[in-house]
Amino acid sequence: MYSPQIILEAALNGLMTGAVYALIALGLTLIYGVLHIINFAHGALLTCAMFAVWVAWAWLGLDPYLVIVPLVPLMFVLGYGLQRFVIGPASHGDDGNILLVTLGLSIVLENVLLAVFQSDTRTLDTDYSFQVVALGPLLLSYPRVIGLGVAVVVTGLLWLVLNRTDTGKAIRAVAKEKLGANLVGIDVPHVYAVTFGLGCACLAVAAALLMPTFYVNPRIGGAFVLVAFTVVVLGGMGSLPGALLGGLFIGVVESLCGLLLGDSLGQIGIFLIFIAVLLVRPTGLFGAKA
Amino acid sequence: MLAVESVSKRFGGLMAVDNASLVLEPGGIIGLIGPNGAGKTTLFSMISGFVAPSDGRILFEGTDITGEEPHRRAERGIGRTFQIVQPFAGLTVCENIAVGAYLRHAKRADAIGKARDVARRVGLAAELDRPAGGLTVAGRKRLELARALATEPKLLLLDEVLAGLNPSEIRDIIPVIRGIRDEGVTILMIEHVMQAVMNLCERVYVLAQGRMIAEGKPAAVCADPRVIEAYLGHGAAARLAAEGAAHG
Amino acid sequence: MTARDLIPIVVLAVLAALLPLVVTSSPVMNFLVFTLIVALGAQGWNILGGFGGQFSFGHAAFFGTGAYVTAILQLRYGVNAWAGLLVAMAAGAAVAWTIGFLSFRSGLRGSYFALVTLAFAEVFRILANAASFTGGAAGLLIKLDVHPANLQFADRAVFYWLVLAFVTGVLLLTRWIQRSRFGAQLVAVRENEDAAKALGVDSLKVKLRAIALSGAVTALSGCLYAQYFLYIDAHIAYGSWISVELLLAPIIGGVGTVFGPVVGALTLHGLGELAKQFAGRIPGIDLIVFGSVLVLAVAFARGGILGLLERLRDRGRGMMTRGAKEVSHAGR
Repeated sequence: MYSPQIILEAALNGLMTGAVYALIALGLTLIYGVLHIINFAHGALLTCAMFAVWVAWAWLGLDPYLVIVPLVPLMFVLGYGLQRFVIGPASHGDDGNILLVTLGLSIVLENVLLAVFQSDTRTLDTDYSFQVVALGPLLLSYPRVIGLGVAVVVTGLLWLVLNRTDTGKAIRAVAKEKLGANLVGIDVPHVYAVTFGLGCACLAVAAALLMPTFYVNPRIGGAFVLVAFTVVVLGGMGSLPGALLGGLFIGVVESLCGLLLGDSLGQIGIFLIFIAVLLVRPTGLFGAKA
Repeated sequence: MLAVESVSKRFGGLMAVDNASLVLEPGGIIGLIGPNGAGKTTLFSMISGFVAPSDGRILFEGTDITGEEPHRRAERGIGRTFQIVQPFAGLTVCENIAVGAYLRHAKRADAIGKARDVARRVGLAAELDRPAGGLTVAGRKRLELARALATEPKLLLLDEVLAGLNPSEIRDIIPVIRGIRDEGVTILMIEHVMQAVMNLCERVYVLAQGRMIAEGKPAAVCADPRVIEAYLGHGAAARLAAEGAAHG
Repeated sequence: MTARDLIPIVVLAVLAALLPLVVTSSPVMNFLVFTLIVALGAQGWNILGGFGGQFSFGHAAFFGTGAYVTAILQLRYGVNAWAGLLVAMAAGAAVAWTIGFLSFRSGLRGSYFALVTLAFAEVFRILANAASFTGGAAGLLIKLDVHPANLQFADRAVFYWLVLAFVTGVLLLTRWIQRSRFGAQLVAVRENEDAAKALGVDSLKVKLRAIALSGAVTALSGCLYAQYFLYIDAHIAYGSWISVELLLAPIIGGVGTVFGPVVGALTLHGLGELAKQFAGRIPGIDLIVFGSVLVLAVAFARGGILGLLERLRDRGRGMMTRGAKEVSHAGR
């Protein structure tokens, strides 16, 4: 069948794709952990960020990795604004409503992108898009190695923000006990919006890491959002380390399924895991009991 | 009719109910009292099937119902109310009660008729077509009672139906509860309003820290040193007795 | 059910049935047939989502099953299209029941239920796209053979009447649910599951019955879609677009009401067409409208269009009674 080397390479490649999944899931899980909402617009927001990276490269000639610097604050502001002025007020604090509002947002964002950029698939190429790093007998894609490294660093940074800064403490307070946090004078809508902004900032990084080896079109977000949900559910809703581990795991599963079942069936493994986890252990493999 | 035999419930390391037993004969109003956090509501939830006991068993009319679903127990004739009232907010008062009535009346006309009947008995006749979400606290308590009654229970578990009501509202609802008893429904009630317990209950059980510590006539139980200590802390009974003697 | 329950449905059905006598343009007929097919599927969603409060994001699983079952039975086994329609509904109910059994037994609700249904629909889409049995990525083409026995009609109006008849049937079914014990128990489960259980409602059974019924109705709409357009592929039948359409219509129209899904589907597609007329060359403009309307509806019109109308009517009545009081005061 397959030589161990091919399988190992596929697994490692999956690990590196998984790192980007982890980044996307990180934002989703953070938002879930604090706001207790499932953000359906996450995929569409990722698509926005990917187009931003592509535009910066195609029109301004910026290197995708460099785009992280302006894009992170931009996405933060976008996320902050969306939560503060659209999702929060429109949903009246009801879970089902939030699901619907974010679904509506995702439809709007996706189709605005379609209206602006048409349905063409776009790629960008850099000097390093196809570079490889040799690890013993294995050849690893250079941008993916970078991706893995950055994903780990960002998870660490996010952890530091949550645990070592006042904002982080406020976020954790709101996540634990909204009413109590409100009573001690924490501005809950502000904290919600900051959290949403942070989640979107993660997407900026993910988009920049994806673009050198991936492509973008207005519908691409849908493919990622379900994977990200799977990662979040697998890792335990709201758990940062869970998202990282879950992302890496899902990346490997997808890569191996793709190798063994072919491209068209490759994704099915993810969904089956997703369904199984939801049915058997909705708190996730790494998550604490709700 | 109901026998709770050495039932326990563990939540993690916490023993919410610890080897509690209780026997109810048909008829009458029996109280279940005890300080906050004693495990009264947990015990209720085990009798009505919402919480599975870690140990022990529950018999209803001689049948072991320990593993049965809540709706099966309702079919057998165990009705309950919730301490935190839970009206179906989107429905009218009449429709709320009809949900209970449908248990024994499959036809809409019969169920609605039954609902109107019950509403009259608990004093909700004037509110029948109002949305349940718009009721006052007292109205919601009555609705909670009405819905459970509409299932035509043999045993009715009332979880603090008087809590949150003012004295005149309590005065109004006490005859309603007596009326239910007089129709042959056995009532087990958790209650903090002691005056009402004294007034209504023929017998009371006292639960403290998950254990059944006393049982008997309300007046006797209230004088029981173990009960006083459970409510007021260690040594309280002796202090009270001493004070009583001094003032005697 | 009383005459008062039935009259609005009958009147609307008769009025709608007269439309083809006035309208003959085939784009308009196409629009009406497609919108009614969506409305029918949305009515199915509404039974589970509206009355039962279980928001499915994966009704494509049932729509697609209806479409594929009917197409495959005809193409591969030469089964009569009408018989295929019945089998398709049964298959939709079976798939729905199974998904419901797995999810409800695990206690999934709210967002979790939405996610798991979405994932189920995706699994179906991937399978249908990969299997040769379902025609793979190329999809399935139902042979054009115009004959009533094949559920294919020379005149679009006939198909329109057929779909209208089904929509009317489901309107009646929904009205019956609203007036029945099953409906009361379903709504009770939506409002408060524990309280319902304490009143003797077997919540699992009630939810399963609702999802099976919902699946059958939505499968019927999928079947009609396949019969009308005579072509399906995995994206059309099991794609997330249809899941979204089917939940959008009731929510815009009035979730948990009898007419909500139909009103919502007509409004949405009407607006979509208008948007296309004004900005025809912009792709996705109708969907931008859909998404915006959804956000606006959730923000400002809880209970959808019908809820909004009811509030307006109540306000109108309030003003009238206030006016009447003033008059009577003046008279004294």
